[in-house]
Amino acid sequence: MPDIALHKSGTEFRRGSQAGVSIAIGYFPVALTFGLLAKTTGLSIGETLLMSLVVYAGAAQYISLSLLTLGTGAFEIVLTTFIVNIRHFLMSASLNEKSEPDHSLTKAAYAFGITDETFSVAAVKEGTVSAGYMFGLNLIAYLSWGVFSGIGYVVGASLPQTLQESMSVALYAMFVGLLVPSMKKGLKVVFLASLAAVFNTIFTLTNVLSTGWAIVIATLLSAVIVELIELIKGNRRGNMHDK
Amino acid sequence: MTSEMVWMIIGMGVVTYIPRMLPFVLFRGKELPEFLQGILKNVPYATLGALIFPGIFFIQEDIWYGVLGAAAAFLIAYLGANVIVVVLGSIAVLSLYSFIF
Repeated sequence: MPDIALHKSGTEFRRGSQAGVSIAIGYFPVALTFGLLAKTTGLSIGETLLMSLVVYAGAAQYISLSLLTLGTGAFEIVLTTFIVNIRHFLMSASLNEKSEPDHSLTKAAYAFGITDETFSVAAVKEGTVSAGYMFGLNLIAYLSWGVFSGIGYVVGASLPQTLQESMSVALYAMFVGLLVPSMKKGLKVVFLASLAAVFNTIFTLTNVLSTGWAIVIATLLSAVIVELIELIKGNRRGNMHDK
Repeated sequence: MTSEMVWMIIGMGVVTYIPRMLPFVLFRGKELPEFLQGILKNVPYATLGALIFPGIFFIQEDIWYGVLGAAAAFLIAYLGANVIVVVLGSIAVLSLYSFIF
């Protein structure tokens, strides 16, 4: 029996790492640019790698570089990082609902690898999410982020400009590739995504909220409104007990 | 490496890890009220919408670059291609656009 269990978790790990490949492609330009910017900001290669491996959150790392350039203090940078990354709380809470039961320590271990990208891939996957899958997915994403940050630091400036530009679409294209198959399955997904997109666009263009909060509030508003509409429709039909 | 920078990076790492980890440790899953569970199930699709828009339009200063990238990605995904094909296809379309203009 242990053999079978081991085999199953091995397959899950392999599935996770295969799913991680599209993230690695998406991380390539983003991490490369981060490495390049870190160098121009004056970080050493050690500090650059440390940041990618310890913080492991693209948007916050970029923002910290621009704050460092402005001469902002360490405390403000840490606080800003917290605010930018608070959205992961919502993602972890959501993923926790479809993750297989496991020891808290196991979950706390793979929680380190939750990013916009690993979350999106795991959250739209069919069925439940196992620890093996998460470790495989995280490993590929994490390694690619670290390695490409280092490469960007060393050789970033010598890559052709056109390639750097066209690769800036990679992560967004990945999000689209994850969203569209679910949109085809039901109108609810179309509403959820469009509503959040509209809210986030309004918040971003009017500058009323910082990037981190804009995504959190837009996501929550959309998720709550769509759920309320479903609840009201369900009540009208009087089939609440069927649920 | 300056020690102030190292401490700052460690601080950034700690405040990033806490929101990632807390829900997994606090909740066992499935014990929240049904309405809240419903909201959490909606979160992935809403998040994707907010992650894509408006960011995809601003990947370069030329907004048409982003619009074209978005159109290419949605079209390729709609035709049923898997995620890697969507990513590589969108990069190819934009490379061609840069090459021509």
